[in-house]
Amino acid sequence: MNDDRVFKALADATRRYLLDMLFARDGQTLTQLESQLEMTRFGVMKHLRVLEAAGLVVPRWSGREKLHFLNPVPVRLIHNRWIHKYAEHQVSALAELKAELEAKVCRRTRKRA
Amino acid sequence: MSADTKTSVTTQVYEVYIRATPQAIWDAITSPEWTVKYGYQGAVEYELRPGGAYRAHATPEMQAMGVPDVVIDGVVEEADPPKKLVHTYRFLFSDAMKAEGFTRVTWEIEKAAAGFSRLTVIHELEGAPIMAGMVASRFSEMGTGGWAWILSDLKSLLETGSSM
Repeated sequence: MNDDRVFKALADATRRYLLDMLFARDGQTLTQLESQLEMTRFGVMKHLRVLEAAGLVVPRWSGREKLHFLNPVPVRLIHNRWIHKYAEHQVSALAELKAELEAKVCRRTRKRA
Repeated sequence: MSADTKTSVTTQVYEVYIRATPQAIWDAITSPEWTVKYGYQGAVEYELRPGGAYRAHATPEMQAMGVPDVVIDGVVEEADPPKKLVHTYRFLFSDAMKAEGFTRVTWEIEKAAAGFSRLTVIHELEGAPIMAGMVASRFSEMGTGGWAWILSDLKSLLETGSSM
């Protein structure tokens, strides 16, 4: 359901960079984020809105300042749903292949000896 | 730099939408029957009133590895079921963690659209760099541990009846 929004949000280099910036230093204001990007304030706001809609960024008010926090839970959920499932399969398949090939090499080496 | 900005750096925020009622989520957070089924699977004890005790126990497996019976302790500051729970939070795994002292965890549960509720965890981690690294699971190569892992496991349990 929310996966589409997360994938869409992540499919943009500026938005990934914004997440990296919040990973390095969490809880930044729009002004702080904007100062590190070659982009208009409006442009950064637009990207932040997409990240917020995907749940990747959660805004919290601290007095009069709107702080932006990186929320890793949607990435975790995608990891559980997609990456973990396929990566595990792939890794075990590769591990089997490696074991099989190495066993063959071993047998050949032994024959030669 | 204002004091607020400084504080914000040591605060972590986690948010997850769960297809469950606020009450079901509240129960899953505060009752040991539920907490043994997800995350670190330790039983919790909450005295749900301001000044009440909060304790999280290690699982028997963790205790066998030398972890103390009570691994996390704290004091309840606010309990407004099923909407808001605030308590202090200290790790007791080691002397170094114990020395970091108490941090503060705020749980907020809000009804959202279409049968979902939004759960937000705000962890104020001023002066607790070891715990900050652990709950952000930035110390873990495997990506297990930390709030993101606990909350996604809680979501899985409430929505599918089984944890990961």
